Amino acid sequence: MKIHIKNGRVIDPMSERDEVADIFIAAGRIVAIGQGPADFHANRTIDASGLIVCPGLVDLSVRLREPGFEYKATLESEMLAAAAGGITSLACPPDTDPPLDEPGLVEMLKFRAKNLPGPRVYPIGAMTQKLEGQMLTEMAELTEAGCRAFTQADAPLTDTLVLLRAMEYAATFDFSLWLRPQDVSLARGGVAHDGAVATRLGLQGIPALAETVALSTILQLARETGARIHLARLSTRDGIAMVRAAKAQGIAVTCDVACTHVHLSENDLISFDSHLHLVPPLRSLRDRDAIREALRDGSVDALCSDHTPVDEDVKQVPFGESAPGASGVELLLPLTLKWAREMGVPLMRALDLISWKPSQILGVSGGNLSVGGYADLCIFDESAEWVVTSKTLTSQGDNTPFLDHPMQGRVRYTVIDGHIDFEAPR
Amino acid sequence: MNLQLTQDGRLRHLLTLDGLPRAIITQILDTAESFMDVGEREVKKVPLLRGKSIFNLFFEPSTRTRTTFEIAAKRLSADVVNLNIATSSQTKGEAILDTVDNLSAMHADMFIVRHSQSGAAHFIAQHVAPHISVVNAGDGRHAHPTQGLLDMFTIRRFKGEFHNLTVAIVGDVLHSRVARSQIHALTTLGVPEVRVIGPKTLLPTGVEQMGVKVFHDMEAGLRGCDVVIMLRLQNERMKGARLPSAQEYFKFFGLTPEKLALAKPDAIVMHPGPMNRGVEIASEVADGPQSVILPQVTYGIAVRMAVMAMLAGTGNA
Repeated sequence: MKIHIKNGRVIDPMSERDEVADIFIAAGRIVAIGQGPADFHANRTIDASGLIVCPGLVDLSVRLREPGFEYKATLESEMLAAAAGGITSLACPPDTDPPLDEPGLVEMLKFRAKNLPGPRVYPIGAMTQKLEGQMLTEMAELTEAGCRAFTQADAPLTDTLVLLRAMEYAATFDFSLWLRPQDVSLARGGVAHDGAVATRLGLQGIPALAETVALSTILQLARETGARIHLARLSTRDGIAMVRAAKAQGIAVTCDVACTHVHLSENDLISFDSHLHLVPPLRSLRDRDAIREALRDGSVDALCSDHTPVDEDVKQVPFGESAPGASGVELLLPLTLKWAREMGVPLMRALDLISWKPSQILGVSGGNLSVGGYADLCIFDESAEWVVTSKTLTSQGDNTPFLDHPMQGRVRYTVIDGHIDFEAPR
Repeated sequence: MNLQLTQDGRLRHLLTLDGLPRAIITQILDTAESFMDVGEREVKKVPLLRGKSIFNLFFEPSTRTRTTFEIAAKRLSADVVNLNIATSSQTKGEAILDTVDNLSAMHADMFIVRHSQSGAAHFIAQHVAPHISVVNAGDGRHAHPTQGLLDMFTIRRFKGEFHNLTVAIVGDVLHSRVARSQIHALTTLGVPEVRVIGPKTLLPTGVEQMGVKVFHDMEAGLRGCDVVIMLRLQNERMKGARLPSAQEYFKFFGLTPEKLALAKPDAIVMHPGPMNRGVEIASEVADGPQSVILPQVTYGIAVRMAVMAMLAGTGNA
């Protein structure tokens, strides 16, 4: 398949390219940007006039719900949804059933994903067996099977000694650990940010301290062991300040936030809408504003969707009984663009947070547009307006707090490995 | 969007006192006043809700509140059905919506709902057929609006006005839906000083943002009060490391005659019941001349009659 994308505004954060140019694709690779090869005969020409052509998006947290939760969503539906969101590479957490704690399970998932259209799937392995927080997994074997890093996802890790050992072991092989800082005891029973709104609504709180106390432990162990740590889904102003300080001290940490937390806060909970039951909880406006600023100044390295499709039945219950999580692969781009517009951040910088930066954290090729590199691209209309409904979403999970919200910015084409895996209906 | 008011500002459901306009609260209290004599008649009935079906939907056990709702409904001549629904841990959610759908199909006019989850009454109100009204009879830690209203009714009966009062709420505010409803009602009715008194382990984060002054020293908190509201202390608070013992709690936060003497001489003492004598309140105070705890129960019926009558009067029931 040879593709000629012409007249698009090409933005590549890695090379800081921002110009109207043509891109030529053959055999899954970008063969030229600008002037095409003399003998190039495209099977398909895409007129990208007025559109933006950028690296395919890289999403650091997408739950594909396989194996084990196929009734919530299937690999096929969620990979299509991710492609519709412009995502060409994704990391999937191991909190499946069974968890991704054995090479065979990882190979199976990779095999299944490879045979379906959609993004490149990079599994994140379980850090402990069955995610129980007690015995380490075979990290080296899992890495050979294709795991890019190791994590507990949202499963509790109560034993600090296990965390220390996991870091020491991971550091031995230079594996990366992805940790969501949350002290299990301080968060116990909580469903919302411990603050004025949860107090008013009578919802049990998760204090900001649950994040900072855990973070303090993680950062001290990281400094001691030299392990490569990625901090997932930060949610508090104080937590971000701690990470900023740790980076300044030279500790090897990176971090991300979920795109929901860039726009929403505890104040949105007032009608008890269970679609706002998220992990970590939506925090105060002060925290949200700190996240928005930290994305601008680079203290936060990446934005992710934290895509968690759930069955509507588990949301159609009172807030405290509902399953947490939101569907988000198709909102990552528009929510990032919304933040950039509101903060006056250049498009180049915004796209960096969802392409080049996360590809570096994940340690994979892609996330950039370079001759000879993967032909993974996202072509979108920056000004297209649309409304989020179950009809406009491809994901099987309609569980998003942005249902019925207007969005600006919509993906027109997603090219993965030189194939057009998504093309918006005209 | 205000779920509990109709577009022209009348009561559609009663879910919380948070944001309920002062005029509506006052209207409920006035209407309750007019029902006060019904309980003293030989035939304790008025025909306002004849032919209406009211379902007591109790997902959490309760005797007292359910009984007063039942009496109130019967005095209004409604047909009352009591449903005590044991909640199974797995399928609670489906059970709620299924229950609501089934009862709606039986042409219910009003649901009186109690549930252990905050927001459960809102959830049901969002899903009922348009002709059904929902009354929140207690949801988790969130709200217990009829209790809050009957407390306001009691205060008005004994104190007349709200604008010159100092009111203290003492004890486990953190877990108390009653305290939250009282705070909203008191601030809406213009009480200039609402205090909450308790140890830090029993006061919720940011409670001062609800418009109250926080005290950890009970003696300082009671000084000059016109109304002292004691909250029930559940035994399980000892297990969650919130308190060392009931004895130590009583010593520092229990209401004794000596501590009550710090409030104004004509201060009244209230309690939503059921009381733990010797834990949050001494018997001498509970049964003493300043206690209005039994009148609270009597007024509770009139207030609940008023709420049901007003909901029926919106043309929904």
